[in-house]
Amino acid sequence: MSDSVELYPKAVLDHGRHPRNRRAIAGCSHFAKSENPSCGDDVSVSLRIDQGDVIREAAFDGRSCVVATASASLMTELLVGKTPAQAKMLFQRFHALAAGGAEEAIDSMEAEAERLTVLSGVRAYPVRVRCATLAWKTMLAALENERSQQ
Amino acid sequence: MKAVYHQIERPGALQGIGSGNTVTVCHPPDRCGDHAGFYDVEAIRADFPILSRQVHSRPLVYLDSAASAQKPFQVIEAEHAFYAQDYANIHRGLYYLSQRATERYDQARRAVRELLNARQEHEIIFTRGATEAINLVAASFGEAFLNEGDEVLVTGLEHHSNIVPWQLLRDKKGIVLKAAPVNDAGEVPLEDFIRLLGSRTRLAAFAHVSNVLGTVLPIAEMIRAAHQAGARVLIDAAQSVAHAKIDVQSLDCDFLVFSGHKLYGPTGIGVLYGKEELLEAMPPYQGGGDMIASVSFERTTYAPLPAKFEAGTPPIAQAVALGAAIDYVTALGLDRIGAHEAGLLAYATERLSAIAPLTIVGTAAKKASVLSFVMEGVHPHDIAQILDSRGVAVRAGHHCAQPLMARLGLPATVRASFGLYNTTAEVDALAEALEEVEVMFLQ
Ligand SMILES: Cc1ncc(COP(=O)(O)O)c(C=O)c1O
Repeated sequence: MSDSVELYPKAVLDHGRHPRNRRAIAGCSHFAKSENPSCGDDVSVSLRIDQGDVIREAAFDGRSCVVATASASLMTELLVGKTPAQAKMLFQRFHALAAGGAEEAIDSMEAEAERLTVLSGVRAYPVRVRCATLAWKTMLAALENERSQQ
Repeated sequence: MKAVYHQIERPGALQGIGSGNTVTVCHPPDRCGDHAGFYDVEAIRADFPILSRQVHSRPLVYLDSAASAQKPFQVIEAEHAFYAQDYANIHRGLYYLSQRATERYDQARRAVRELLNARQEHEIIFTRGATEAINLVAASFGEAFLNEGDEVLVTGLEHHSNIVPWQLLRDKKGIVLKAAPVNDAGEVPLEDFIRLLGSRTRLAAFAHVSNVLGTVLPIAEMIRAAHQAGARVLIDAAQSVAHAKIDVQSLDCDFLVFSGHKLYGPTGIGVLYGKEELLEAMPPYQGGGDMIASVSFERTTYAPLPAKFEAGTPPIAQAVALGAAIDYVTALGLDRIGAHEAGLLAYATERLSAIAPLTIVGTAAKKASVLSFVMEGVHPHDIAQILDSRGVAVRAGHHCAQPLMARLGLPATVRASFGLYNTTAEVDALAEALEEVEVMFLQ
């Protein structure tokens, strides 16, 4: 088995081909869209955060490769029930996992976040780290971009 | 060290010269008058050290020569030997080595002149590459000859390096940038190009071959039409110089640019060809050493061509090695290289067309060496990644031609490109890896 196949373990292929929460959220509270300039992929992230500052709904949309799509799909599943602060913490850990370096960040992940380790294959491919983190960075931008309530 | 010329006995049924079960092939094949016309790709591959390496435990299948070509040992060795035996800075030295290095540098210029059949050696300017050569023309020709409202005509399939320099000039001088449209096949119809040539068109600048689609543009007709309209012409030969013989005198283009690294030579060296009277009339691009006749704080007079456009210490060893690369391809014969690659392109088109979810992008009547494609439901980056795991190196993305991608309505394609060393077995490896992609992502 060569390294590249580890980039596409079953779970990644599954989320890439059958993404969860791929839609727009009608009346979402937070929204952002961004593009990966190296390949032209785009991802939008919409969130519904309630009065108690908890993410109740998370969804994404756009055109992207399997790695970016799977990462977005997993992310939207993990965000539900978290506060923005917890979401940012999760991004920190995911970034350490995807970009490499901070092993302890992975060790300290809660059980549910361990699901993200299926994406650790991107570490061997620096150009793909951007794919894996695209939706996450868009999510951070969305947290800063509250939509005026209509 | 490897001999420049040797004969090897090869078992098997290679077509060519020989009888019974052994065939005598020459290396390089062309050095032997008897064997002219015989293209022994295996012997040629043996000249390229990198082609025998493995990646991900698989033999390397290098299908990215349009981005940069691999180097034969003759080129690697030329650069090494130059540093080991003849190296010094050029021009200024009175000592033996500096004179020797200067001779070698001039010899490389001579090789380029011959390759392009330029009239004069000093019409060959060494640059860092095609990009710098276009920027040189935009800055210097632009300074001397282009004024507000003057038009530069490019085409819709240009590499960013033949778009952005003109946009910079537009911002600076108020010129107008126009682009001849691309049709669905990926061609630039001549009549559309001609329609956009107007009385304000001062320069038409376009690729000979598209780096994304492989489209061969009808440059002879385009040059004639542009000249009739009173415009000068720059040819971006970055994608053609390694695949076909170019004759700047019979084409009558005013400028032509290419990069050494796509011609099996080193990086950091490229060429601007310009007609003498234009280069003479253009101001220097950069100021510095080597480009002056005399300097005082009141007044500087510039050196004659080509030094006027080669400020500073140039990439001397790279020029020498480019000379070796030119020797290599001309010895093999650009016609024969072109014919070999045309065979590969036809075979690859046939093999890949048989893969159902795959669509070839760019169906121009005349194509060279480049095959772009997409696969329904699979992202180009994922395709390229799986291919890489099978040892197959291709490129995926917008290929530095975003306006063309927008025209095609595609964010990205996968691009396989062929060089003089590629084989039909490598095309098979590509097709088989693509069949695996299909299974992995679509079934
Ligand atoms: C058509 C074309 N023009 C120009 C260039 C620029 O060449 P370089 O990057 O070597 O300057 C390229 C390289 O990809 C090309 O394909």
